[in-house]
Formats: sequence, C-alpha cells, structure tokens
Amino acid sequence: MEPVHAIELRHITKRFGTKVLANDDIDLTIDRGEILSLLGENGSGKTTLMNMLAGIYLPDEGEILVEGKPVAIRSPKDAFTHGIGMIHQHYKLVEVFTAAENIALGLKGKEHDRKAVAAQVQAISDKYGFGIDPNKKVYDMSVSEKQTVEIVKVLYRGAEILILDEPTAVLTPQETERLFNILRAMKADGKAIVIITHKLHEVMALSDKVSVLRKGKYIGTVNTNHTNPQKLTEMMVGHAVTLNIDRPQAQYKDLRLEVKGLNCRNGEGVSVLKDVSFQAYGGEILGIAGIAGSGQKELLEAIAGLQKAESGHIFYYPPHPNSDIAGNHVPVDKAGEELVGKTPGQIRKVGVSLAFVPEDRLGMGLVGGMGMVDNMMLKTYKDTPGPLVDRKAPKALAEKLIDELEIVTPGVATPVRRLSGGNVQKVLVGREIASAPTVLMTAYPVRGLDINSSYTIYRLLNEQKMKEVAVLLVGEDLDVLLELCDRILVLCGGQVSGVVDGPSATKEQLGLLMTHVGGGKEGAQDA
Amino acid sequence: MHDSNNPLIRLAKREGMPKGQVWAIRACSFLAAILISALIFLLMGHNPFGAFGTMIVGSLGKKTAIRQTVKIAIPLLGTALAIAPCFKMRFWNIGAEGQITAGAVGASYFALFWADKLPSPVLLVVMAVSGAICGGLWALVPAFFKAKWGTNETLFTLMMNYIMIGVVKWLQGGPWEGRPGSQIIPQFDSAAVLPKVLGVHCGWIIVLILTVAMFFYMKYTKQGYEIAVIGESEKTARYAGMNVGKIIMRTMFLSGAIAGLVGFIVASGADNTLYSGVAAGVGFTAITVAWLAQLNPFAMVGISVLLGVLDKGADTLQTQLAVPASISDIITGIFLFCMLGCEFFINYRLIFRGSHKEVAK
Repeated sequence: MEPVHAIELRHITKRFGTKVLANDDIDLTIDRGEILSLLGENGSGKTTLMNMLAGIYLPDEGEILVEGKPVAIRSPKDAFTHGIGMIHQHYKLVEVFTAAENIALGLKGKEHDRKAVAAQVQAISDKYGFGIDPNKKVYDMSVSEKQTVEIVKVLYRGAEILILDEPTAVLTPQETERLFNILRAMKADGKAIVIITHKLHEVMALSDKVSVLRKGKYIGTVNTNHTNPQKLTEMMVGHAVTLNIDRPQAQYKDLRLEVKGLNCRNGEGVSVLKDVSFQAYGGEILGIAGIAGSGQKELLEAIAGLQKAESGHIFYYPPHPNSDIAGNHVPVDKAGEELVGKTPGQIRKVGVSLAFVPEDRLGMGLVGGMGMVDNMMLKTYKDTPGPLVDRKAPKALAEKLIDELEIVTPGVATPVRRLSGGNVQKVLVGREIASAPTVLMTAYPVRGLDINSSYTIYRLLNEQKMKEVAVLLVGEDLDVLLELCDRILVLCGGQVSGVVDGPSATKEQLGLLMTHVGGGKEGAQDA
Repeated sequence: MHDSNNPLIRLAKREGMPKGQVWAIRACSFLAAILISALIFLLMGHNPFGAFGTMIVGSLGKKTAIRQTVKIAIPLLGTALAIAPCFKMRFWNIGAEGQITAGAVGASYFALFWADKLPSPVLLVVMAVSGAICGGLWALVPAFFKAKWGTNETLFTLMMNYIMIGVVKWLQGGPWEGRPGSQIIPQFDSAAVLPKVLGVHCGWIIVLILTVAMFFYMKYTKQGYEIAVIGESEKTARYAGMNVGKIIMRTMFLSGAIAGLVGFIVASGADNTLYSGVAAGVGFTAITVAWLAQLNPFAMVGISVLLGVLDKGADTLQTQLAVPASISDIITGIFLFCMLGCEFFINYRLIFRGSHKEVAK
C-alpha cells in the first residue's frame, strides 16, 4: 500500500491561449507535516500550478487528488471545502475592517457573532504564535501584519494545506524569520505547507523538500538536506551558472548629485519624503533599500522632476571635461546646477535618466501596445525639429539594442507587450543607457527576471558605473544590493535611515535600518 | 468523470489571428445579418429578395438616390474623424452632438448677419472658421475640467450636448427668430450655402480631405504620437515628460473643431438653416462608425457609406413597401449588432466542455 498524500497532482496541463503552455504534464505530491518549496524562475508556472489547487484556474488536462480521492476544484470555495487555502501575493483585505471582521467576511452567519470570531482568532493566534490583535483595523497594520491576517483567515476556515505565494517578497529579514517560525509550528501541527519562491537561501533554511519547475515542466523533487544552492540553480536554469556578482572599482569618483533637505508631499498631501539629504558619485552604484513604499519611488521621481519638491535642493554637478585631473570626491570648484523647479524634459537633457520598472513592468517606462521603434523615441521624439516624428534614428537604435543585448523579438514593430519579461526590461534599461546618461536611476530593474537576464542587467549597470556614471539602484533583494552596490542608502518612512558601505554591511544591519530610523539601539556607522 | 464538473463553455483570449481568418469572420457576420434580416422580412410577409433589392435600388440605384446616400454619409464620416483622436487617447468624448450644434451656431451667426457684407467665398470661409472655433471651444470646457480636476469626461460631454441644444432652441424662439411666433430661424442667404459639386454639396470633398489629413496626423506627427501614448498609459506619458493635461485640451479642441466644421457643413450645405435638431443623432452614430473602423480613417469612409446605404435603403422600404419605420430601425440594428458582435469572436475563443482530449487514467 502506498501512503496517501495530502494532495497529488497527476499529469496537470494548463494552456493560456494557443501559444503559452504554462504547465506541461506535471506530477507533484504534497504531504502533511512537511514544508515543500516550489522553486522556479518567473514564468516557470509555479503560481499557475498552485492557482489550480486554489480554484482560480481549471486544469486543461490531468487530475487532482485530495487525500487519495479525485476532486474537481472549480472555485476558491471548493478549495476550502477540501481544506486548501492559498495566501496570494496581493492581499485581499478590506482596509476599514478589523482583523476579525476580515476573517469572518463571506462566511454565512458568522459576520454577526464578532465576539466568538475574535475569540477563535485569538485562540489560533496563540496556538502558532502569530501575535495578532483581532480588533485592530487593517489600515493600521504593517505589511507583515496584513500577511498574518491572511494566514489566520485561511486557518480559521479550516485549511489543512496552506500555499503561500512568494510570502517574503515584502518582508524585512526579521519579519521573514518570524514567519518561518510560524510555518515551522504549523508543520509540527501536521499541516501541509507549500511556499512558492525563487529565493534559494529561503528554500535551504525552511523546507524539507524542494520541487523544481522550469518553463512549465516538472524537473524533479529533492530533499533539502541532500542538495545545495548551486545544484538547485542548475535545476532551475538548466545549466551551470556562477552565482557571484561583480563589483568592479571605478578609477575616479566624482560628486554628481547632491540632495539637500528634500521634502515632498504626494497627491493626497501626505508627506512622503522628509528632509532627505545624500550625495551620489559618478563611478559608483548607490543602492537604495527600504520596505516597499518607504519613499523610494518618490525620491527618484523628485530627482527626475516628476514629483514636485516642497522644499530642499537637488544639485547636479556635470562630469569634469577632463576626468584625468578630477580627483576623488572633489567637486568644490564647481557650482552645482539646481534641478528643483526644472521640467522632466530639461532634467533629462542635463543627463539624468530614469528607468523605473513598475509591478506590471510596462506601466511607466514603456508603451505595451507599441513596437520597439515607437518606444525608443518615447523621451526623445521632441528633440527633432518640425511637427513630424522621425522614426529613422529610433529604428536604428532598436536594431542596435536587439543586436547588442540579444533581445528576442519577431521584429522592431512587434508590440513590446508580447515580448517576455526579460526582453521587455532589456528594452527599457537599454533605452535609458543609450541616452548616454550621467546619472542613471533605475528601480527594480531585475523584477521578475530569470537569473541569466538579471546578470545581463547587473553587467549593464556595472558598465555604466565604469563609465563614471552615477548609478542609483532601488532594489528589493537585499542580497543583490549587498553584492552589487558600493554604498547603500536605507529609507524608512520617507527619511534617510542610514547610509552603509556595500562590501562591509550585513543584511541584519539593513533590516534594522529599514524598520527604525538610525537602526535602533545597535545603530549603523555612517560610511 | 470529473470533467462533467467543468463549466459548459469557457472563454479564452486569443491573439494574433491570421488576417484572412479575421476577414472571414467579418464576412460571416455580415452574412448572418443578412439572413436574420431576411427572416424578419419573411415574418412581416415580404419577399426578402425583393426587400433587399428595394433597399439597394433605393440607396444606390439612381443618381439622386446616390446623392441622398452620400448626404447621409458626409456628417457621419466627418464626426467619426472628429472623435477618433479622442478615442485613441481613451478620452470618451460622447459630446460630438453638442459640438456639431455649437459649430452650426458659430457658422449660422455669420450666415444670418454678415451675408450681405461679405462676398460668398469669403463668407463661407469665415463661417467654416467660426464653426470650427465654436465647436472647439465647446469641447475645450470638459477637457479643461478633466485636465485640472479629473472630472468624468463621459458624463460631462454628454451633459454639454443638452445645454447646446437648449441654446439653439432659445435662439430659435428668441433673438434669431425669423417671422415672429414662428420659432424658426430664417433660411440662409444663397451666399451662405455651400456650392454643389457633382450634385452634392461640396462637404464631401472637405471630409475626404479630412480623412487623409487625420490618417497622416495620427500616424506621422508628434501630436499623433503623444495621443497614442496617452491612450495606452497616462503614467507612461507622464514619465516621458509629456504635459498630459495640455495634450488632452489640445486634442479635445481639435476634435471639437472638426465636429464644429461638420456642423457648418450640415447647416450650410444640407439644411440651409439652423435648428435644434441639426446634429440629428450623428454625434452618437459616429461613435459606432469610429469603433467599427477601429479608428482607421480610411475604414471610416466605407463604414459611413454602408450606414448611409442602410439608412437610405430603409427609408425607401418605408415609402415603397409600406414597412413600418420601426422595422427599418430593426434592420439597421441587426447589421450593427452583428458587425460589432463579430469582434468578440475575433478576440476570444469559446471552449466547450469535453472538446479537449481526455487523459488516460
């Protein structure tokens, strides 16, 4: 007799349209009292596969067995009936409700008995050490607390099988560790847990087994203690890769950008940047770290002239015409050019370029429905004289980028929306670099990219740094920031929490700075 | 077994269907429209072949019939061209009706009070310019509010229609009234009437020139490029350093100006006077034309002629076969429904339960 698995997937295939094969004949088993990591690069089909368990998609082929019995999961409600609960990347909570109200929401009859719900929520919370207050309103909660509510919600509905989609993407290192402890407690309680991730160190730290998907195909399952990050990467990518990021040293470092006492308010009048001051040098990569929404976007937008500065200054120092006589950190003989008050177009002409990759990847820097040619001229179309657009130069540029960055596209006229994520980002970053900037600001440039494409982007950023460009990089992966950046500026609630030296800083140090201005008691020494 | 738990029909988006197939679907939908209409004729006790024959002959059979058809198509085409840039920008201007009327008012002022002071060609040019400016300014109002305070342009432009029609009603009964008590504005002086070319007022030449100009504007000018970028993503436009508010206002002015020019053409060329029904629903029908043509100016020519044929043909049905007016409206509706509906099948694929192969257990 074979043991009965909590969930068994047999020959699952899912197509989107006629061309995209998201899951191709996948077999997978999930067991109780185990944490399974579902590992794969973006677009490898991890989330799609789990969404079929959560009742969001229907498989085109194959069958799902829960406790050994074939079932059809047609809706999230069906999933709950079978004890499957999924915590998605984007939380689905009502902001003005309390934790308990959110948890009771949608359960017939339970909405009216809030005390009982609150008591039960408290019981669950105590059992696994969540430490949530059932009566706290969601709008008062941090990202990590909201995630906790989502997990409790799923447990409250009796889930025995929990699926978490990239649960650590928005957490600080300390919060991540707390989440892992909770998951371990649930595992000890006999629940089956799946975490979807592409972070190798998390896989190694948390899970018992790892199943790897690559391009929609099932590659295999290994025991965590029989493998290592290098082997897992090879399974994910399909060939050997080196996992080290270069950090070359530029010959000269010149002050390029100086921000002094910058204050900004957003459209709702909320203060988003508070007295921000820092310097950025040509020939270095300055990382910008912080919890999502700490003012990273506003800071870059303010420098690019897209966000109005309430007070403060942004000075730009052009590169010395003869860099041989420019020493290290000696800008004093030059007067800075004030950028506050200039239009985005004027700031771009000065040499400040911004490549922002938003969550949907297209929304801000590229026009999804247009081809590469039309996207190339997005910021420069006004530079030619006359009322007509000139598509000759953009076309040449598009062809050059395809060639140099190995962008895979059927043609320069193919809408960029149809390109894969990696190619879209190469188009965006490539265009910004092609404008020969002296300050290159980029946010989340490797968001959602596979390992090879990520390394191409890192290489491009390093190349710019070696050309004495000041590179400002907003990133979410602290490991990458620590390996790539010369210095890292940490934002916390719109304030500069500290600036640390890239080669010597630790993740814990960054984590503390991200949550407390100045890093709390331990404090970070300014680099 | 568990397959029976799947829904009966599912939808799947599809992309990149071959051109031939797209046109085959469109042809099928046209055929379907003809078949359904034929069924209606049969139910009404008419021979469908005879009925369709009457429609074709009535709209295209004689020179006079063709002229009538063209006369219907001119304002449709002109207005579809007017709203095309707005729709490309995803600015839902459904106020063409009011902008046409505003243009007609602007043109009529000079037709009524300057006809004896200016030579005819100069007068016509002045009327056209005045019509365009009035239509443009009328369209600028909702654009200004949208750009400054983010008001909803759909409701705003719609409401502006009724205000302008009210203004004309007031002019009709008040300051511009002809014979006291008539509630009618007098006929224009012949100097203020558009000359005829090939039997139809020369508005057709104006709208054909506009067609080419609009195609060129959208495709090859910087302004056209800006419109396309904003239509795709306002955020991207902002990131590229475009002044989105200014572009919205400029585009709406242009759109209103073309609609205003149509108002001048209709008042001067077709009606020879101004009355509150000068736009006659063209501002709304033109939305259908623009969508069916997928905002391609050249396709708009074909579609507006087709609608002209349907309209004139249905008219002939009424007079010759004594078919009630409502039936001819139904026929027009069926054609539009089928033609718009087929776009759904071009964009989506239906998957029926059990249509995929079963996996061996």
